[in-house]
Amino acid sequence: MNALPSAAAQPSISLLGTSALLFEAPGHDMALGTQQRIWALAREAGRWPEVREAVPGMNNLMLSFAQPPRVLEDIETRLRAAWAAAQPLPLEGRVVELPVVYGGDAGPHLADVVAHTGLSVDEIVERHSTPLYPVYALGSHPGYCYLGGMDPRLATPRRKVPVLSIPGGAVSIGGAQTGVSASTGPSGWNTIGSTSMHFFDPAQDPPALLQPGDTLRFRVEKVIR
Amino acid sequence: MIEILSASALATVQDLGRVGALQWGVGTSGAMDPLALAAGNLLLGNDANAAAIEVPVFPFQVRFGADLAIALTGADCAARLDDVPLLPWWVVEARVGQVLSLGVPRAAGHWRASRAYLCVAGGVDVPAVLGSRSTQLRGAFGGHEGRALRQGDVLCAAAPGIGRCGSGFGLLPPALAMPLQLDGVPAMRVLPAAEYGHYTEASRAAFWAGEWKITAQSDRYGYRLAGAALEAANPVEMRSHGIVPGVIQVPPGGQPIVQMRDAQPSGGYPKLGTVIEADLWRLGQAPIGSRVRFIEATWDDALDAREQMHAWLADARRLVELHRRQRARSAS
Repeated sequence: MNALPSAAAQPSISLLGTSALLFEAPGHDMALGTQQRIWALAREAGRWPEVREAVPGMNNLMLSFAQPPRVLEDIETRLRAAWAAAQPLPLEGRVVELPVVYGGDAGPHLADVVAHTGLSVDEIVERHSTPLYPVYALGSHPGYCYLGGMDPRLATPRRKVPVLSIPGGAVSIGGAQTGVSASTGPSGWNTIGSTSMHFFDPAQDPPALLQPGDTLRFRVEKVIR
Repeated sequence: MIEILSASALATVQDLGRVGALQWGVGTSGAMDPLALAAGNLLLGNDANAAAIEVPVFPFQVRFGADLAIALTGADCAARLDDVPLLPWWVVEARVGQVLSLGVPRAAGHWRASRAYLCVAGGVDVPAVLGSRSTQLRGAFGGHEGRALRQGDVLCAAAPGIGRCGSGFGLLPPALAMPLQLDGVPAMRVLPAAEYGHYTEASRAAFWAGEWKITAQSDRYGYRLAGAALEAANPVEMRSHGIVPGVIQVPPGGQPIVQMRDAQPSGGYPKLGTVIEADLWRLGQAPIGSRVRFIEATWDDALDAREQMHAWLADARRLVELHRRQRARSAS
């Protein structure tokens, strides 16, 4: 079967059981402009009556259902139309700097990133600590931020078997993304270093330290080879 | 007052789950068998969403520091109140000083459940955090001090005392009222997800035809299954996206992981399908080491099953109210 030439440029919509549906913007580059349109789409779809929560991911959006509709066509049509009309929503937040210890016991998978990328430890640290990383979305666990802006040369596949427990503060790479664990838990990503920062407090409003539109910077505190 | 006498941990306080906090990265948590929790609450005249104690490891014992109406649902644990055997899915009045003992779950035909729910009049009285009383283990908040229960912990019921909600009645468990199995193996319906088509035809066929063993590396976060390795025709690196309990992820190793109630609210492994909301309780009750089967469902199948689940709960509520009215009449 031949796909239409334009098919690659169309967003995809798929089901997550009867609990939610997933909207994915076309492309794989995780561009900030696309993410800003996802933020705009989330704001719009979050107001629809059948939607409980509109949750941005990386260039995608999950809509959890307050009540799953009997016929899906209507919400799918609305979603495609809203995407076509969505203008980038620039969110300007604050910049937070995190000191990072790269390698050693706190970066057990740094060697795997070296092996996969062919870069040296120093090159990896340099490329990882240079960019400003915009917070695209929160997810994974309380207070965790998905970041854009990683140097694509650092991309390393997620681990074949997830690690059962990595500590809070772990700085890791999964595919073309990087992030910092906000608390101890399982992960399929490659841990390359660690930092100490409190990302979540349920007693605060909002409970998460960072939100989409904020920016993170990693400062090299130490490199253990 | 309820004092935890058992050292065996992993029991937690749960309600039906935390919704509306995904934007901060907070997953739903909540009872692994929401039907058992809701039914236990209805038996006591509680809100269906009241908090209860979920018990996954046995034996488990508590002592009552005051008279209290309780309902035991979920796994049939050959429960005893002091020396008196209790029926499963039944309301009883516990007296001050009595000890409730839950034993190893018993099988009923092909069905063997693994988690019991101790529901109490008014619900377990813990503060709601971000809209729920469920324990958020990863975030260490909600439930009782954000953690699993320990020996010596003391919990309070929101409506202590007896005589208010009646006792000596129960419900037929949904595993008997709505059984679902394939070739004598407990089954769950699955709606295919975005990457279903990425798997080879042989792998897809094997997924539906095979038995899947629930490995020892399974808990409230997820069930790691063992069976025929599932092979993607074209492996892909995904962008992280929202997921829900029930999503079946397939890491590159080819052995699927079903996301359960403490699952992360987002992930990046390819998704073969989602165990439908209406059958998630069946999987939540499947013991480690047991085997399950999956049945392919359509959107309409999944919605019908969801309606059947809600109808079962509505029926349970009606039956309990009927019983209570009759009891009130005969007492007057």
